[in-house]
Amino acid sequence: MAKINLNVNNQTYKFEAEEDMPLLWAIRDFVGLKGTKYGCGIAQCGACTVHLDGVAIRSCQMPVGNISKKQKITTVEGLGTPETLSAVQEAWIEEQVPQCGYCQSGQIMSAVALLKDNPSPTDEDIDAYMNGNLCRCGTYDRIRKAIHRAAGESAKDDIGKR
Amino acid sequence: MMKNVNTRRDFIKLSSLGGLGLVLGVNQLGHAAGVKKLTVAAAELEINPFVIIGTDGIVTLVNSRPDMGQGSTQAVPSLIAEELEIDLKDINLIQSDGRRKYGSQQSGGSSTVRGLWTNLRKAGASAKEMLIEAAANQWGVSTDQCYAENGKVILKGQNKSLGYGELAEAASKLPVPENPKLKDPADFRYLMKFNKRLDVPDRVTGKAVFGIDVEVPGMLYASVIHPPSVQGKLISFDDSAARKVIGVKEVLKTKSYYPGGDTEALAVVADNYWSAQKAAKLLDIKWDDGDLKKTLNTDKYVSDMYEAAKGEGINSEEDGDFNAFYAASENKLEGIYETPFLSHSAIEPVNATAHVKEDGTVDVWAPIQGPDGALSETAGLLGISPDKVKIHPQLLGGSFGRKAFMNFMKEAVDLSRQMKAPVKVIWSREEDMSQGPYRPAMLSKMQGVIGRGNSLAALSHHAVGESIMGQHWGGLMPYQADGWIGGELSKDNHKYNFPVHKLTYSRVKTQIPILWWRSVYASNFGWGQECFIDEMAHKAGKDPIAARKELLKNSPRDLKVIAKLEEVLEKQGALPDGHVRGIAMFRSFETMSAAAVQLTKTDEGLKVVKVTSIVDCGMHVNPDHVKAQTEGNIVMGLSAAVKGGITFSNGKCDQQNFHNYQFMRFAEMPEVDIHIVENMEHPGGVGEPGLPPIAPALGNAIFNLTGKRLRKLPIDLASV
Repeated sequence: MAKINLNVNNQTYKFEAEEDMPLLWAIRDFVGLKGTKYGCGIAQCGACTVHLDGVAIRSCQMPVGNISKKQKITTVEGLGTPETLSAVQEAWIEEQVPQCGYCQSGQIMSAVALLKDNPSPTDEDIDAYMNGNLCRCGTYDRIRKAIHRAAGESAKDDIGKR
Repeated sequence: MMKNVNTRRDFIKLSSLGGLGLVLGVNQLGHAAGVKKLTVAAAELEINPFVIIGTDGIVTLVNSRPDMGQGSTQAVPSLIAEELEIDLKDINLIQSDGRRKYGSQQSGGSSTVRGLWTNLRKAGASAKEMLIEAAANQWGVSTDQCYAENGKVILKGQNKSLGYGELAEAASKLPVPENPKLKDPADFRYLMKFNKRLDVPDRVTGKAVFGIDVEVPGMLYASVIHPPSVQGKLISFDDSAARKVIGVKEVLKTKSYYPGGDTEALAVVADNYWSAQKAAKLLDIKWDDGDLKKTLNTDKYVSDMYEAAKGEGINSEEDGDFNAFYAASENKLEGIYETPFLSHSAIEPVNATAHVKEDGTVDVWAPIQGPDGALSETAGLLGISPDKVKIHPQLLGGSFGRKAFMNFMKEAVDLSRQMKAPVKVIWSREEDMSQGPYRPAMLSKMQGVIGRGNSLAALSHHAVGESIMGQHWGGLMPYQADGWIGGELSKDNHKYNFPVHKLTYSRVKTQIPILWWRSVYASNFGWGQECFIDEMAHKAGKDPIAARKELLKNSPRDLKVIAKLEEVLEKQGALPDGHVRGIAMFRSFETMSAAAVQLTKTDEGLKVVKVTSIVDCGMHVNPDHVKAQTEGNIVMGLSAAVKGGITFSNGKCDQQNFHNYQFMRFAEMPEVDIHIVENMEHPGGVGEPGLPPIAPALGNAIFNLTGKRLRKLPIDLASV
């Protein structure tokens, strides 16, 4: 057991846990934020995607002991709430992207990271960047449209900074 | 509010309407005014309280169909609210808990809207008429001077209105209208109109609570290891390493509930899920793989099916004497089409939380497709009265049929009983994938005759493979053809007017556990049937669309579907050089769906460029739901056609996770173009019918591009 000190969505969480526990389970069961999802546990589906210092990572592959308290973790809850939506989330609503919605936290976290690197991605850019995020309901086409929509918005709202 | 629903026995008036009854209840909730409930009985004489109106004006509607992504949390209240005249933004929505008064609560068979279309509208309309009458009585006017709008009854021409909450008590004492008047579709505010789903904001902010997210105070977490081989038996285990993992509370046996019979499984229970999953991997378990290790593999099952295809199946339906006609004909053809086993692989693995309490009551929180089945299975497992069980259906993170088979829920119940604490079971992806049950692998042996004048004169479809009904419930006698398959492939369903037509079925048994999977057998047999119609058209020298038009000449509604497909394809303009299309159509769940797949060859192999789908589902709740479901069906249908299936070797599943069981990713996603045939027919299904034509449209496109007739799925697009 080790003392874990995590900065998640600009809040500090302290708890004791084993250092080899993936960040995914620390976020879900110790921090108590359930928006980040378990899908495969082997970085094949992207449902667990979060940002570590602004970079999209698969939280199922990141041992919680490897993260320092200075590093900033952002989960989907840190992007916005239904009352204060980020531009990407708004675009997701405009395009009515989710069906079941289970993978969408991961999709959105990947999309935000993509737009940060590449504010106006082409279809090919989106396909390449998003290829690690699976959606079994088949919302890929709407995700593409939502990313383009958010890219259009991002010039105004500067969502890339989030 | 949910609590209130259970105590509504105080006053109940039942009108006997012979088929449709309406129940009105008022209950005392420990406070004087109480909550007024307007409740409605739908068909099948089951009492379904879908509308609850509080004296405070709060309107609560009940969704009796769990939402797995198909949109029932929007569709069901839309049906009620349309007639009740209430804004969807102003309602509370609760899930039904499995009690009989709600009727059938299974999300499945694409049945929600087509099954509830009339009764839920009547539920809303009855309540509205009673509220209007109560208001008219209060004002001393006739009901035709009043109308309902946005949760109020309004007196025409005067500035007077009464809220539903103010009227609820008086309304509850009125007689129930026998035949409430339903709105003219021209006046629809929600139905058949684009409306944004109100639950989408929660689904993009991490707020939506899926089964896997349920938290109960004092809850423990379990990871379960099942026999790796089908029907394998637990001999012994060493849990010393597992028990050393911090957080582990217990290692214990549970039952693995399967169609072929129950076996033992092993569970690690811990105070957090990671500890349970980590420790489960450290268990040293000795399994007896049994005799199936030597005999159970997919190759054997598939070769058994080809052997069975040589014989005659059990007759399900026949027009004319096909065999005699076929034997005497010169211009004939045949081909055997094959589909593989498939995993549902919802991204949310199966999971459930249960609390078997000391007082003998039980709570279950689970992502399940049917709370009614969950209720009876939980009560049955524990040998207790259903009154003691409370089912709390949760959002499903995908399901596609899998979470209608609730062995994972029974494990949670059993483990909670043993641990005397609430327990959440989450299967690892590996368990979810390698345990099944699966979409069965099946064969279609197709035979056809081209008659005089190059007409498509005779068709025989010999369906071969394991029966879901037979494997799960022993419900299929050796002399019977599977009725589900028969229904799907009957002439009544496809409407192809072959003068000579035969449909037969041969059951080939396997112990590989099988289950319904999005569109069930239509996903198997659509492949054979629609590729073969294409083969016949080519052999007769006909255009595949023209050939289908001739076959459907007595089915005007289906001809409109083809006409719509032609119109849409024409609008898309001439195909670029090197591009081809294939088409197919298939009716399932009372909806005809036609598809065109546009294909080209690239350096990396064949590429699906665009999929066009036409859906004739009749009336619907929301065209955007129809499109979303159809997009999903295109993706799942293509995945089923071009990605590897599930295979078994030596009694075990060969696939474990998404690295070796794949489905389509972003880069493979084609452009989609979806159109709904507009008409006022009774609603058909939407969640599944878009899927069956996708694979055959692709197969037919491949033939048009390469001249190769592929009959076996999956197809490796890189190597065609």
